[in-house]
Amino acid sequence: MAMLSFEKKYRVRGGTLLGGDLFDFWVGPFYVGFFGITTFFFSFIGTALIFYGAATGPTWNPWQISIAPPDLSYGLALAPLQDGGLWQIITFCAIGAFCSWALREVEICRKLGIGLHVPFAFSVAIFAYITLVVVRPLLLGAWGHGFPYGILSHLDWVSNTGYQYLHFHYNPAHMLAVTFFFTTTLALALHGALILSSTNPPKGEVVKTPEHENTFFRDTIGYSIGTLGVHRLGLFLALSAGFWSAVCIVISGPFWTRGWPEWWGWWLNLPIWR
Amino acid sequence: MKAFRSLAIAAVALTTLLAGCERPPVDMVQRGFRGTGMAQVYNPRTVDAQLAMHQAPEAIPPAEPGGPPGSAVFKNVQVLGDLSVAEFTRTMVAMTAWVSPKEGCAYCHAGADFASDDKYAKVVARRMLQMTKHLNTDWKDHVAETGVTCYTCHRGQPVPAKIWFKDPGPKTAAGPAGTRAGQNAPATSVALSSLPFDPFTPFLQEENSIRVAGTTALPEGNRQSTKQTEWTYGLMMHFSDSLGVNCTYCHNSRAFSDWNQSPPQRATAWHGIRMVRDLNNAYLEPLGPTYPKERLGTTGDAPKANCSTCHQGAYKPLYGAAMAKDYPALHGAAPAKVAEKK
Repeated sequence: MAMLSFEKKYRVRGGTLLGGDLFDFWVGPFYVGFFGITTFFFSFIGTALIFYGAATGPTWNPWQISIAPPDLSYGLALAPLQDGGLWQIITFCAIGAFCSWALREVEICRKLGIGLHVPFAFSVAIFAYITLVVVRPLLLGAWGHGFPYGILSHLDWVSNTGYQYLHFHYNPAHMLAVTFFFTTTLALALHGALILSSTNPPKGEVVKTPEHENTFFRDTIGYSIGTLGVHRLGLFLALSAGFWSAVCIVISGPFWTRGWPEWWGWWLNLPIWR
Repeated sequence: MKAFRSLAIAAVALTTLLAGCERPPVDMVQRGFRGTGMAQVYNPRTVDAQLAMHQAPEAIPPAEPGGPPGSAVFKNVQVLGDLSVAEFTRTMVAMTAWVSPKEGCAYCHAGADFASDDKYAKVVARRMLQMTKHLNTDWKDHVAETGVTCYTCHRGQPVPAKIWFKDPGPKTAAGPAGTRAGQNAPATSVALSSLPFDPFTPFLQEENSIRVAGTTALPEGNRQSTKQTEWTYGLMMHFSDSLGVNCTYCHNSRAFSDWNQSPPQRATAWHGIRMVRDLNNAYLEPLGPTYPKERLGTTGDAPKANCSTCHQGAYKPLYGAAMAKDYPALHGAAPAKVAEKK
């Protein structure tokens, strides 16, 4: 496969975390590496088990296929394959695949000599997933508290789990997470609009420089975070959204058993206005 | 130093966040197929602390069978005249223990003349006996064979702790224009949410429609508004709070309105709504003129019942203890002829 002119410079050996030279090669444009092999291994097994679960399940409708976790009565023990055991193995494979992918990203970063921003960002997503299917179930004492793997079934789980706490919008961490999600999209919209408009000038005008972009935002909102800063801000907003999502679900149950509106009792009972 | 400072800030933030919280381990009760999220969440320490509150008192030893009917011996016995003297006396003793253990017989009876209706409490008590009979006989769809006794609501107090009055809401300077429909006014009646704070008047006294969800997948002619939905949700918050359960006790939230996907408890609750309406309209509100002023609400209405009047935080009142079966006085049709307030 053809290589881009500058690609040769980065196709260097070394920088691996594990396995030394083993698997330190490319297949076409794709770097393999030890963790590429483990990613492939875990994702193949996990996906195959999902298909196996679908084959033994009641439907092939992709919307309705669901691999459900075990009953709560199994606690933290292993469950029979058809009673949630599949879910347990698939969860193990998913975590194996996600973590392998993150570590493969680390190896690529080391080869490129760049910072670890990308694997770090991906780690936050893995952290949120592990919080949902490992940390919270451990805190509650049963694997059955994980969410089912299915396009619609996982949404039903989210809905019912939210209604376990009567009104989830009163969950303080959920408030933060939602705010960060919306702010992420707002920031991306503002940034995207700026870049598109400055690089697509009207006929007869020249493409605008960052100096122009800074001036535009200083004029409109009194401040410009700058070309580098806007990407730091974007990363912060997006990772905060994922981080607080993980917090909002891990406190629901292990650290609060009643309706979330009731949690705000401490606010209503502050001595200054009680 | 910088790292230390940010660590300290993070620690303070986390502590603040968890300050109002509980701690593991907690108890979860699965009530649906695995992975559907249909589960009840309990803090075992809270449940333990409240256990004593939900214990039913021991039944009084049964009365000896036979003997003349109470109406032949006592005067002015309008509801319990069929009972034998022994059973009648036993019922009176039980009622005193359930309703006015401190105040004793004198809470209802005026001096030595036990036949006198001079005290309003006695007139109310007679009506409550009729209500209890009606409830245990005609509302088995909700109370089943468990039934209720005076203790179910009263718990040793002359006035039950969980009663409600019409709530006109806080007065605003803007008058009618300042009506907030419960917004930004967290109320205990709706589990501290900012929803309409008096969902009882429209739903547990008046017969407004509670259903707001459409029955079709696409919006086809459902004219229910967000505001109406908030009234319904206010009532539902009261249900959850009163029974110590969450929404999934009665609903699968993927389709709130669909009976086929709902746990059977939803049907029990449906009958319960009608039962409470019946009690409020046929028994409790009409007692208004009987009560002295201090027993009435701010708008002059009589005290009324809602879910928490009996349930008081338990999914079944007194965790389903079948007290009523030991007291024949609390069952069967009440005699039609009853004197009104003198």
